[in-house]
Amino acid sequence: MAIDLARAAAVPHGQPRLPFAQRLALPDGFVPLLQRIGWMLVSVGCFAGLWELLWAFGIADAKLLPPPHVFLGNLVEQARFFNTAQRWQIGTGMNAGPSPAMAVLITVLASTGRVLAGLFLAATLSILVGVAIRYVVLFERLTLPTITLLAPVSPIAWLPVAIFMFGIGNAPAIFMVFIALFFTMVLSTIHQIDGVNRNYINVARTMGASKRQIYARVIVPAILPGLLAVLRLNLFGAWMVVLVAEATGVGYGLGQVIMLARNTFNPSLVFFTITLIGFLGFAFDLMFRLVQRRMLYWLPRDAGSSLGL
Amino acid sequence: MSGESDAVSCRGVSKVWAAGTARAHEALRDIDLDVQPGEFVVFLGPSGCGKSTLLYLIAGLEAATGGRIQSFGEPVAGPSPERSLIFQETSLFPWLSVWQNVSFGLSLKGVPELERRSIARAALQRVGLAEAFDKRPDELSGGMRQRVAVARALAMRPKVLLMDEPFAALDVQTRQKMQDFLLDVWRDSGASVLFVTHHIDEAVALADRVVVFTARPGRIKTIVVNTLPRPRDPFSPDAEAMRRHLTELLRDEVDRAFAEQEALA
Repeated sequence: MAIDLARAAAVPHGQPRLPFAQRLALPDGFVPLLQRIGWMLVSVGCFAGLWELLWAFGIADAKLLPPPHVFLGNLVEQARFFNTAQRWQIGTGMNAGPSPAMAVLITVLASTGRVLAGLFLAATLSILVGVAIRYVVLFERLTLPTITLLAPVSPIAWLPVAIFMFGIGNAPAIFMVFIALFFTMVLSTIHQIDGVNRNYINVARTMGASKRQIYARVIVPAILPGLLAVLRLNLFGAWMVVLVAEATGVGYGLGQVIMLARNTFNPSLVFFTITLIGFLGFAFDLMFRLVQRRMLYWLPRDAGSSLGL
Repeated sequence: MSGESDAVSCRGVSKVWAAGTARAHEALRDIDLDVQPGEFVVFLGPSGCGKSTLLYLIAGLEAATGGRIQSFGEPVAGPSPERSLIFQETSLFPWLSVWQNVSFGLSLKGVPELERRSIARAALQRVGLAEAFDKRPDELSGGMRQRVAVARALAMRPKVLLMDEPFAALDVQTRQKMQDFLLDVWRDSGASVLFVTHHIDEAVALADRVVVFTARPGRIKTIVVNTLPRPRDPFSPDAEAMRRHLTELLRDEVDRAFAEQEALA
């Protein structure tokens, strides 16, 4: 909206023009979304254009750094490497698997599902544990030191543990996403609880709220905005971790495709997959913003006041 | 004097923050105070004199380190809906609508929604904000939000209203309007009001009695009975005299607080 208003104000002469969204009677928030996507295309276009130029002048070697028109050009060729697990299962022939587009879709959905499952588990459990730590002193004394100790451990260090515990398949990948987020999110939950406005709690107390009611009716809603912000920041982290996990132990997934590309020295496939991951991450972030808005209906819409600067 | 009938009764009340540690400091010393039912008492003092602390002790949100506090003959052991506290800054829950905020205390007790709605509607009508029923707190101005906070307190039918500089964040015009509004509410609720401020004008306009506090540690310097007839004219000679008297009482304390700080530095 801020961009819209700035643009409307920038119209120099004539009668005041309504913002674009109002003239077309589009739903609120639609135009900013279009603008966001538009600028994304411009930004990516510049990047891709530069790459193509480097290729055209012979600076970028097409064998090592194939430009976008090469690695995006032959979709069917690239898709051959997706969802290889099912195709190579015993009893299925080379051509018995799903169509190339379906193979890509299955792979993408598999990775997405793991990210979502891990995010959901981490968010739910870390809120529960964080609240429990502040609620029950004994629980805090028993768990908080260990959690603080484990929080700085890199997710990569958990990879062997994931494989020891869960072998191969979906479980270790989901575990990896979970473990990458869980500890920091517990600490963040505690931090948010400590930061809740004392007045809110005192109001509830003078109204005769029990401890349980104060937590359920005041503290949890009060910390939700901060927690969702933390979750969103960790979204990209979740994507990075799931690729690492898939690269090692899962039958199919984007990480496994990257690993395959590495082992077969296929730069085109690497860049194609990176492109896919980039767009997925972008779409995820966008979706998450919408969810955030829905869940946090009470926050002012123009929270990003720096947008107008 | 003290007895069953006092809305609030303090005897030898003291409060030391962080008692027993190196950072311990004394906020209140030896407070004796009785408040009648339906009385409007203003706590006046320099900032940091412990007047808000006393309000929190009476609310039951903090425990006194010495002395005893009673309300209608019952010792104050913790917070109670009978003694509603209204804060300086907005304390409405932003995730609840106005009527849900007003009926929050009732919902804690499991009062059914239909009844809560009608009580909230009545309370909002009383503060002149019936049209804000379904709004969200961030859609209201600062003055309106404080009126909602008052409505929320009234919905609990308190016998004592404790107000911690409730209008300090408002501009002068709004504050004057809010004072008139508060006097109306006070008159028809019949509750006692304990009102903390450092504005002498507020004490002159509102109080039956003004409790003047000394600088740290807070003690009661004197209690000034304000007999100006209501409705009060802030520019009458009597109001002017009262203002001068309170100003002089307060100036000594502010001077002392300054001298102490300089001696420390």
